Amino acid sequence: MASYILKRLLSAIPVLLGITVIVFLIMAMIPGDPATAILGAYATPENVEKLNRSLGLDAPLVQRYLIWLGNMLTGDFGRSYSLNRPVLDEITERFSATLILAGVSFVLCSVMGILAGVVSAARQYGLADKAITFTVLIGISVPSFFLGMMMILLFAVRLKWLPVSGMYAIYGGGDLWDLLKHLVMPALALSAVATGVIARLSRSAMLEVLRQDYIRTARAKGVPERRVIMGHALRSAMVSIIPVLGIQAGFVLSGSVFIEIVFQWPGVGRMLVNAILKRDLLLVQGGVVFVAACYVLFNIMVDVAQSLLDPRIKT
Amino acid sequence: MKLVKWTRRGVCAAVGAVMIAGSLALPAVAQTPPGVLIVGQIAEPKSLDPAAVTAVNDFRIVVNLYEGLTRYRPGTLEVEPALAESWTISDDGTEYTFKLRPGVKFHDGTNFDAEAVKFNFDRMLDENHPHHDTGPFPLSFFFSAIEKTEVVDDQTVRFTLNAPYAPFLSNLAYPTGLMVSPAAVKEFGADFGRHPSGTGPFTFAEWRSNEAVVVERNADYWGDMAGSDVVVFRPITDANTRVAEMLAGGIDLMVEVPPTSLSQFKGDGFEVAQQAGPHVWFLILNAKEGPFSDVRVRQAANYAINKAAIVNDVLEGTAEVAAGPTPPAFAWAYNDELEPYPYDPDKARALLADAGAEGAELTFYVTEGGSGMLDPIAMGTAIQADLAAVGLKVNIETYEWNTFLGEVNPGLEGKADMAEMAWMTNDPDTLPYLALRTEAWPDQGGFNSGYYSNPKVDELLESARTAVDQDERARLYKEMQAIVQEEAPWVFVANWKQNAVTSDRVQGFALEPSFLLHLQGVTKD
Repeated sequence: MASYILKRLLSAIPVLLGITVIVFLIMAMIPGDPATAILGAYATPENVEKLNRSLGLDAPLVQRYLIWLGNMLTGDFGRSYSLNRPVLDEITERFSATLILAGVSFVLCSVMGILAGVVSAARQYGLADKAITFTVLIGISVPSFFLGMMMILLFAVRLKWLPVSGMYAIYGGGDLWDLLKHLVMPALALSAVATGVIARLSRSAMLEVLRQDYIRTARAKGVPERRVIMGHALRSAMVSIIPVLGIQAGFVLSGSVFIEIVFQWPGVGRMLVNAILKRDLLLVQGGVVFVAACYVLFNIMVDVAQSLLDPRIKT
Repeated sequence: MKLVKWTRRGVCAAVGAVMIAGSLALPAVAQTPPGVLIVGQIAEPKSLDPAAVTAVNDFRIVVNLYEGLTRYRPGTLEVEPALAESWTISDDGTEYTFKLRPGVKFHDGTNFDAEAVKFNFDRMLDENHPHHDTGPFPLSFFFSAIEKTEVVDDQTVRFTLNAPYAPFLSNLAYPTGLMVSPAAVKEFGADFGRHPSGTGPFTFAEWRSNEAVVVERNADYWGDMAGSDVVVFRPITDANTRVAEMLAGGIDLMVEVPPTSLSQFKGDGFEVAQQAGPHVWFLILNAKEGPFSDVRVRQAANYAINKAAIVNDVLEGTAEVAAGPTPPAFAWAYNDELEPYPYDPDKARALLADAGAEGAELTFYVTEGGSGMLDPIAMGTAIQADLAAVGLKVNIETYEWNTFLGEVNPGLEGKADMAEMAWMTNDPDTLPYLALRTEAWPDQGGFNSGYYSNPKVDELLESARTAVDQDERARLYKEMQAIVQEEAPWVFVANWKQNAVTSDRVQGFALEPSFLLHLQGVTKD
């Protein structure tokens, strides 16, 4: 097992190196440079050149790439022009906010999705199944940012139950309760689509398993229905559900960009969007590499979890 | 069928939990406390070092922390004393001597004196200054006329300029000229922007990244005490969310309300403020080549575009029709004899026929957004339709703001016939000097991307810049405006009225024509 994990980790290195090259080249190729972004209407060619020089952007591309990569390997991600602070500070702070949001959403959509799928499958074509299938269809079809805006209108502006946006109360907040209140709407909005997808796949995975002979045998020998479903069937179905969870985790992470903007969640998605608009090269590059590394790591974790569940998958 | 029972129980528990959560949340969304003013900003500030920032968004914070030698008299764009009590200007207009206000201290306790003033300008302008590396200072060219700064005595400082430069006093009032504490710069270096220290009515308390910048009343302030105990600047980048926060009572003051949302604040509980500022929204016309090289076609475009419809319908009344290159907010320099080009498609058609430019095909650069650009796509489309109505075929090319600037600033030659543009400035000199002179063509480092050229206008602008007497300057600017309006190097479209909404708990708030957000006199109960 340990050697399998090590092998997977080593194979991630070329992937990450490729990502650094791609993100660096994209940022170098898109039109508009940081100096123009900073100077705005005052960006005369002369001012732009002077500012680019003081930002160290006049060096050749390859040299800039190597300097960036070398610094990053020593843990120095550079300084953000648009925020005037170290890139790594900004990323870690923002990433923890995204992790809280995406993590809670992921748990929510996994639990709700699998539960809905199991109930649906157990009561196939029953009322519960129809109700769940209908709700799931809505969940999949409504864009998350729209759902988020509607939730804000209803629960924050009309009913005033929950705060509109942000992660903590802006003045005098900061405890766990405060965080939870701010988390409810974005987490639900973010998990809606993934919940739907997971529910549908769990339902079909369960239905397939429930038709197997050993389920009939279990029922025949008098195993309680709840144990048949939750013990016998779900355990087998999990093997095909888990890879879907892995993919959905990626969707939740990338979908958080929209939700972070609607709810002004101080996460890494919002940071990247702003950084791109401001041509904040180092922040974009550092942010993308960081997120990519997490994504790769997560995929490895999913693979490992799967191999633990299913002995047929070779390690 | 145990599953059903279990599910019911589960559903009951879930519903119960949601209800409990809902009822607990009910009293928890409290109103913001009295004396604490929460301001909805449009973005996270870059820095709180006034010499390093360029965005109006960041200016809104720094003008409450710092002061300059001069400032704009409330409600105007005219200069009055601030940290300088008085000044004298040498007859040739190259020596400015300032007498400083005595007894003023920076928030960190150090004295504000002539040495501090010298430190500020040397830091920005002298590349060999030990603290020049706390930059970059993108707008330092506002002070590029300064040749040297001398300390005459503790309370007197003298600037020597390389040539007479009339906008100097006004530039000193601009955020780039605000005075920072030398001791704090020495202590924090490149991180000074996160540990600001000035002389203003508010002192810096904390900056929680991506959440809020918090400032408190400066108890040792030399002037009138600030009305609020605490002001919190909160970045809310999404306009819809900002409106929702205002409606829900999460913020007390919001700036830059989208025109389409203004009607939501017309009722009780809110006050809407509007203030015209030094802003012009215009179309640059390529006078070097193509149809617009003929003055009649440029005038035809000015007649053909229905500017009243743009400001009233597209911008929902958040702007006024512009008459010329200088916005009326520069009251002293504005030529109020000028009337905007009327909407007259027949006259436009006649002029086009005269010039033989009927049915000409034009390329039009439109931006997706950008500082001061208002609603550029909707406005661009309206303009396209108006020009089509007089027989001009306009092809729109749309660019994201930074890309757009990269296309437009180097000049339109060989690429486009017209482009959208907007400027906000602090002095009537800035825009025409940088964008209408012959020597401001892009190849010479200016912003005259449409290659307009008139020796008389060049001469007027040069003399206005060096004239020290304000009445003389005003006369020159007014003459310039009349010529430029007649020759129409641009289509003059709109002057934006900045807006803001406050809740009815907020008193004493006013917008300034400078677009700066002074919160000293604002109270909240």
